[in-house]
Amino acid sequence: MRKGFGSIVLDVAFRHLAPFMILYAVYVLVHGHYGPGGGFQAGAMLGLALCLVQLVQGHDAKPKWGLGMTAGLVLACVGALIYVGIGLAAFVWSGNFLDYGVLPIAAIPAEARALGILGIESGVTLGVMGVIFVIFDLLTRDKGQGA
Amino acid sequence: MELVQPAFLLVQLVAALIALNHRDLMVAVIMFAAFSFCSALLFTLMDAVDVGFTEAIVGAATTLFYIAVLYRVKRRSSA
Repeated sequence: MRKGFGSIVLDVAFRHLAPFMILYAVYVLVHGHYGPGGGFQAGAMLGLALCLVQLVQGHDAKPKWGLGMTAGLVLACVGALIYVGIGLAAFVWSGNFLDYGVLPIAAIPAEARALGILGIESGVTLGVMGVIFVIFDLLTRDKGQGA
Repeated sequence: MELVQPAFLLVQLVAALIALNHRDLMVAVIMFAAFSFCSALLFTLMDAVDVGFTEAIVGAATTLFYIAVLYRVKRRSSA
């Protein structure tokens, strides 16, 4: 998998598909309150878009666009950290774990709750995206190529 | 219209049997993708759009992973 697809049809098609997948993933994330979707789906779609980018480019020494292995791991951990951080932040204002209503980020508790859920979902998105990309990167790595 | 769901279930059954019995693992992966797609359509038909959406995305992701694994192992199973 050092080279990408190598076929001009697949390259051109996926080059145009990847940005729309990323845009749709962000839509699924922020529209998760009102329709089907949410953090996990958006994260899986973002991860798949990044895998497509990797498939088009191949494992070159310097990929022009996309994530590396380390960046994927860091993003996954940052996602988990955002989730736990927002959950624990409610303790400071004497709420329960993941009790967003007490957070002083909005005037009324309902709005704080909505914003808190959006923050949690962003964390989930980052985590799922990073993990899917890291799994794909490990599976397509050549033998003898270190982590 | 009421025959749509049994038709999808039949397609799922055939796809699952082929995926279990075929020697060529690439065929098994493609049949599994067809199984997953039919299952997403069935969830959507049963008004569980959220579940169907998740199934479609997870089906795409697992298909990608299986094909990436096929790059590592021998394509034909010996059994």
